[in-house]
Amino acid sequence: MRFSWPGSPRFTLDIKRFSVGNGERVLLLGPSGGGKSTLLSLLAGIVSPQKGRIDILGTDIGRVAGGARDRFRAEHFGIIFQMFNLLPYATVIDNVLLPLSFSERRRANVERGGTPADEACRLLERLGLPAGEIGGLRASSLSVGQQQRVAAARALIGRPEIVIADEPTSSLDRQRQKEFLELLFEETGAAGSTLIMVSHDERLAELFNRSVRLDEIAKIERSRA
Amino acid sequence: MIVIRLALQSLRARWLTALLSVLAIAFSVMLLLGVEKVRTGARQSFADTISGTDLIVGARSGGVQLLLYSVFRIGNATNNMTWQSYKQIAELPDVAWSVPMSLGDSHQGFRVLGTTPEFFTHYSYRGDQQLSFAAGAAFSDVFDAVLGADVAAQLGYEIADSIVIGHGLGSVSFLDHGDKPFKVTGILEKTGTPVDRTVLVGLGAIEAIHVDWQRGAPVPGQNVSAADVRAMDLTPDSITAMLVGLKSRLAIFRVQRAVNEYAAEPLSAILPGAALQELWGLVGVAETALAAVSAMVVVTALIGMVTMILTTLNERRREMAILRSVGASPRTVLGLLATEAGMLTLAGVIAGTGFLYAAIAFLRPWIDRAYGLNLPLSVPTWWELTTLCGIVIAGFLAGLVPAFLAYRRSLADGMTVRV
Repeated sequence: MRFSWPGSPRFTLDIKRFSVGNGERVLLLGPSGGGKSTLLSLLAGIVSPQKGRIDILGTDIGRVAGGARDRFRAEHFGIIFQMFNLLPYATVIDNVLLPLSFSERRRANVERGGTPADEACRLLERLGLPAGEIGGLRASSLSVGQQQRVAAARALIGRPEIVIADEPTSSLDRQRQKEFLELLFEETGAAGSTLIMVSHDERLAELFNRSVRLDEIAKIERSRA
Repeated sequence: MIVIRLALQSLRARWLTALLSVLAIAFSVMLLLGVEKVRTGARQSFADTISGTDLIVGARSGGVQLLLYSVFRIGNATNNMTWQSYKQIAELPDVAWSVPMSLGDSHQGFRVLGTTPEFFTHYSYRGDQQLSFAAGAAFSDVFDAVLGADVAAQLGYEIADSIVIGHGLGSVSFLDHGDKPFKVTGILEKTGTPVDRTVLVGLGAIEAIHVDWQRGAPVPGQNVSAADVRAMDLTPDSITAMLVGLKSRLAIFRVQRAVNEYAAEPLSAILPGAALQELWGLVGVAETALAAVSAMVVVTALIGMVTMILTTLNERRREMAILRSVGASPRTVLGLLATEAGMLTLAGVIAGTGFLYAAIAFLRPWIDRAYGLNLPLSVPTWWELTTLCGIVIAGFLAGLVPAFLAYRRSLADGMTVRV
């Protein structure tokens, strides 16, 4: 698989072969600017490789047309960013429910067990947030740590097969990092989701059942066009 | 659906800037519609200056000129028409009524019109509205005068006041008819027509004040007292113009031809409606300019709104990346921003229209009284509705500019935005 960002300087990511099994918890390690986020964008189908294929749940996501790719992402992925995960103007509950507006399958998953709002509250409570108190607040009024947990709830709602996390703990202190990850593992486990997380922090490796250094699986080229 | 809710929530978070954008659009829409209302109102008021009169007859001249001096009291008659001609035309079989008009003197800048009491019953405006008296009654004595509403208001006259008519048309008269003062017997209601700015006296009065004058100046040594004048025959030799009403409108062109071909002297007969149209064509350039200016104000307001959205775009890159990550297509992102612009414009248009109609509803009587402008509180016209729809569509399309920028960025950024 090969992918280059357009523009200059040219950044190219070249991966011969890399696979993750269903339900695995994988940590991708690499320095900042080392192509980790690019890899996640490729996995989530936000960008497509120029060469090669990316097989996700039996679908070659690089060959799927733009609109269908967005739908595929909505159906199967939960994504957590490093920070600024939430729409600041929307309420906490609305932020958690956001993916359900774009995915029928995840909405159906949720509605099997109750109303979407109830499920959102349940997830928030499970992640240690007092849903009754903060559910109606605007997302921008929460602390960074709380926002990350809301983002996790959003990624998990409707049980997507794959959860992708891009340095979700880098803005948290050491103690809270561990807490957050334990909650995340618990919930992805309960949902049966695969978790792929990227980080530059090698100390997190002990918490995962598999960790991979990006430079072991990928060749990265930088050139000035 | 989700797009509209998100756009609304996003706008609520930025309510102050959003409100200002809406207000800017609202005021521009108000201006645009207001200009249009005033334009049609002014045109209507203008066309309503005189109605019920089928023909205006005066010395031979262009239609607009005859209209200007006989109805609007602007400029001078090139010539008079003889009393003889007046009598003959008045007695044509098709003529139902006729009112003579004699102009040429003034009172402190207001024109004096010599006419007969029939003027008050036959001159109508704005459809079939007739002149009515705010106070007093029509003139009956030779030296009685009736004042238009503006004359009375500006000069502070009341019933039974005494006024002196100046000779000629200047606001400061060097020669006046001081020996024969007039008594105010009536003050007319405001009409919004040139009658408001006119002093009306009997036809005989014009004759009476000039009885001892020759060639525009008093004859020395010859002074006929007001009392003596009453005893004299005050039938004029000539008048300035006449208003003619016909028994049937079908006869208009027949009578017009008869007047135009009148052998004894060169006369013109004009249709007031046609002459008003012609005159409005001359004045109408200004209304086009006004409409153009207000259209530009709307464009400015829309540009302001797009600027507002553009400035927020950078801080909202993150928002776009989040939406993309939960599965929103770039098209949804595009739709979000365009919808935002569309909603702002729609709110502005609705608010502006509301403001304008409220303003008209409240100020209508006052505007009518102060400017003689009748602004009808009517349902929006087809023109207004299509224009308003056009503005909303324009706002939506203008919103596509920042939307397209955001779309391009969200394609290029992927999830790798750093804020």
